[in-house]
Amino acid sequence: MEAIPVRIVTRGFGETSRRDSWWVTPVAIFVGLGLFVVYATWAAFQNAHYAYGSYLSPFYAPEIWGDSPHAWFGPKPDWWPSLAPFSPALLILPFPGLFRFTCYYYRGAYYKSFWADPPACAVGEPRKTYWGENSFPLIFQNIHRYFMYVAVIFLFLLAYDVWLATHFTNPQTGAEEFGIGLGTVILAVNVVLLSSYTLGCHVARHLLGGLFDEISKHPVCDKAYSCSSALNSRHQLFAWCSLFSVAGSDIYIRLLSMGIISDVRFF
Amino acid sequence: MATATFKIWRTHSSAPGDGTYQTFQTEVSEGMVVLDVVHSIQAQQAPDLAVRWNCKAGKCGSCSAEINGNPRLMCMTRMSQLNLSEPVTIEPMRTFPPIKDLVTDVSWNFRVKKGIKKFKPRQPDAPDGTWRMAQRDVDRVQEFRKCIECFLCQDVCHVLRDHNKHDEFIGPRFFVYAANLEMNPLDTEDRVDDLKDAHNIGYCNITKCCTKVCPEHIHITDNAIIPLKERVVSRHYDPVTRLLRMFK
Repeated sequence: MEAIPVRIVTRGFGETSRRDSWWVTPVAIFVGLGLFVVYATWAAFQNAHYAYGSYLSPFYAPEIWGDSPHAWFGPKPDWWPSLAPFSPALLILPFPGLFRFTCYYYRGAYYKSFWADPPACAVGEPRKTYWGENSFPLIFQNIHRYFMYVAVIFLFLLAYDVWLATHFTNPQTGAEEFGIGLGTVILAVNVVLLSSYTLGCHVARHLLGGLFDEISKHPVCDKAYSCSSALNSRHQLFAWCSLFSVAGSDIYIRLLSMGIISDVRFF
Repeated sequence: MATATFKIWRTHSSAPGDGTYQTFQTEVSEGMVVLDVVHSIQAQQAPDLAVRWNCKAGKCGSCSAEINGNPRLMCMTRMSQLNLSEPVTIEPMRTFPPIKDLVTDVSWNFRVKKGIKKFKPRQPDAPDGTWRMAQRDVDRVQEFRKCIECFLCQDVCHVLRDHNKHDEFIGPRFFVYAANLEMNPLDTEDRVDDLKDAHNIGYCNITKCCTKVCPEHIHITDNAIIPLKERVVSRHYDPVTRLLRMFK
């Protein structure tokens, strides 16, 4: 049989026979991610109201240099260029930010919502040329695993911040005492959601066991792979929940620090 | 019985590849699928209407089409899933050359398959020439064997559909095929370099459209394409794993 050459008539931008509201999801993702990026950028440049007592905003954790008691090495170093803006968040936010930017879920989401590549499944695209992740600049998406390594370190640091958030100063005696406040719970939930997102990411799943063809011969990796796969099946859910929990934690601590609301102490 | 309107793509015999919608009105009843409607129209109104079908049970992968713009199997799309108050469009798959009406030429897929390195088993595990595999390892690749080769995933993939990269990119169906071989515990062949260079897995930008349209619910992106991408990353883009391999 003679082979018929593949010759397809491409469709114009947005051209489709779909009748459903295909544009709702990409628009919702555009709005959701856009709002988060705008808020995170604004919050990172504030360099204020990021700590309240033993609570530290996850946007500013770990605070390497800064003005709050949480800072590891004290205030802004003298060698910091005077013209460069300073905020503890600017030092650390690029790492979790790039972890999310190179995440397989977010890649698929923002390629559709921000770059219309494609706008939705079976909907025409605005551009005729295409390089995919084969060449510069998107070839750098392949270093996702290195940002995952850093994200795992951040999980331990944020978990330590939750431990610190269980220590309160008694206003009468000035002594430090154990306690649980709403902020403690919010920060703890944030770590759980971030861990579920990070440990269920596709790279973690691959490195924990997916790289083996005979995973049954590696029982520890097999267990880890199964756990990571279970989280991975809800990766999209954890991606969004952890995004909201990070922003929500920052908002809660910011409102406490500004005196707009008061913390709820459970005990 | 209710009457519904269907707009079916008909090719022009004078200009191969070109076509228009022809509108039909026909009676539909509960339990009917789109393929039933097409057969009804074929029997009563348009005997020259071309449609490819076989099992009518969602297992042969023959009756792939685009119903209201969504790539689907006609035999698995029930009337109750469609809004019959407005015309239902039925088109051929847009990623493959049209032959006639709803029939497309999918032979490109079979040529692509020949370009993927074949299964090459290790030496038999037992003297009787048989192998032993743990069920756990079998389970992982079993999902990929559910593929019925309907090519809906190829149809919806924008790298093929919109960018016409048929000469460079093998498409989701064949990444599933490659994953089935590459992750098979008995297989000794290495396809990672081919996946990067010859099959251009890097063109996939994880839109997950292939997963959404798969009638067998194979997790094409999560379980086949991304794990293969990660194997390519380990081999070609990760300096640490490259360094570790030097010391092995």
